[in-house]
Amino acid sequence: MTGVRLAKPWLNLDEAAIAALPGQLGVYEIADANGGTLELGFAGGRSRFGLRSAIAEAAAKHEAAARFRYEVTMQYWSRFEELLAVYLADHGELPPGNADRGEQRVGRLGAGRIAVQGR
Amino acid sequence: MDFELSTEQKLILETVRRFVREEIVPLEADLDPDASELPPHHRERLVAMTKELGFYGLDIPAEYGGPGIDLTTRTLMAFEMAQHRAGLYAPCYGVFGGAGLAQLYEADDDQKERYLYPVLRGEKRGFFALTEPSGGSDPARAIRTTAVRDGDDWILDGEKTFISGADKADFGIVFARTDPELGRKGITCFLVDTDMPGFRVRRIVHTLRSTHYAAELEFNRVRVPGRNVLGEVNQGFAIANDRLSRNRIPYAAGCVGVALKAQEMAIAYAKTRKTFGDYLSTRQAVQWMIVDNEIDLRTARALTLEAAARADAGKPFRTEAAICKLVASEGASRVVDRAMQIHGGYGMTKDLPLERWFRELRIRRVGEGPNEIQRLIVARDVIGGSFH
Repeated sequence: MTGVRLAKPWLNLDEAAIAALPGQLGVYEIADANGGTLELGFAGGRSRFGLRSAIAEAAAKHEAAARFRYEVTMQYWSRFEELLAVYLADHGELPPGNADRGEQRVGRLGAGRIAVQGR
Repeated sequence: MDFELSTEQKLILETVRRFVREEIVPLEADLDPDASELPPHHRERLVAMTKELGFYGLDIPAEYGGPGIDLTTRTLMAFEMAQHRAGLYAPCYGVFGGAGLAQLYEADDDQKERYLYPVLRGEKRGFFALTEPSGGSDPARAIRTTAVRDGDDWILDGEKTFISGADKADFGIVFARTDPELGRKGITCFLVDTDMPGFRVRRIVHTLRSTHYAAELEFNRVRVPGRNVLGEVNQGFAIANDRLSRNRIPYAAGCVGVALKAQEMAIAYAKTRKTFGDYLSTRQAVQWMIVDNEIDLRTARALTLEAAARADAGKPFRTEAAICKLVASEGASRVVDRAMQIHGGYGMTKDLPLERWFRELRIRRVGEGPNEIQRLIVARDVIGGSFH
């Protein structure tokens, strides 16, 4: 499996770190203190302040959220889909914050057919 | 050529136009500007509406349950269906249904049971894999993926690239070389299940389209049963080629559709925006951009309808399909570019759909055969195959 992982440095989730975030579009990962991923997401074209507001809103949904990392990209949607596929290939399931995908399939990277959410 | 619409066509187009403006466009205010899918509850509601209208499964042949609409009317509908933000690559977000993969209509009965009907029922998804890292414009020579007979089976080895939907598909239509000596007559088409050992999605390829991406595929000694050969051995290129020509007409129609909408937006904006005390629409510089848009639009629209009409009449349409594809993709790119210019700073923002169309239209000049290949097709036809 050669999907590209989000290899950016982790940042502590606090007000100062959020305030310093760029208003650009991109993808992010929110994790607990042990590094367990809670949610993968993206700041899309409707986000009010790009990554700054998107990460703040996503972090507020997870009581255990302790750190995050992000990547600025205009291809936020396909990059987000790629990160989901990479995570699914690595862990066999999606992060808790992404588990409810309804009927939307998650892409399969690597060999073999991976269980698809909602099918 | 008579482009007068029949009463039935006028009624159909009015219905589709109203559907797009009243049901699709309002939803886009809440969707991500790059979205290509609707939330499931909206999708289900709108699919029920298109079924009620008798328009669901537009591209499915009548004998398989489609509405049996001719290509000219289908092209006119495509002009309308593309007139929203996602309209170029996801017209009406797919709520009119798709045809599946057209090649499956040429499958044998067993293959239809295993692939075509599940696709039409929405139970299976497929992908179309022709292009390879060695090239996509000249597939007959560029295909290096091989299929070697082993008893009743075939062993596939090779790779494909720029393949849409492969990472979420259940099977693919895959072209491989079965006779290295025969050129385009040595290509065979296979139905490959994505859970066959040796099949691997190597990576996602990000493009200008944020929501839709392509994938690189690897076939490492994939054993495909003989009953999964689609069509005849060594006749696969004809299957690919037929699709390539026919697809260019709706491909062109989508370009015309978004350009029509961009022109409508440009005119409306020019009539409301004032500079130096008067409306943009009074400025010759803007008027000429709008006029040039109109010329590009009418040219592309007429050529696309001409190609569709020839196909409907059972006449050769390869040249016309190539011309309409290149004129529509290049003309629509210019129209959207000028519309962005007229809108100024707003034209660059994600508040308006213009920037999305601008990005996606750039791909249209390469997709379904680069426009240089379209010119080559026309040159072959008007000069002659050997060019002398």
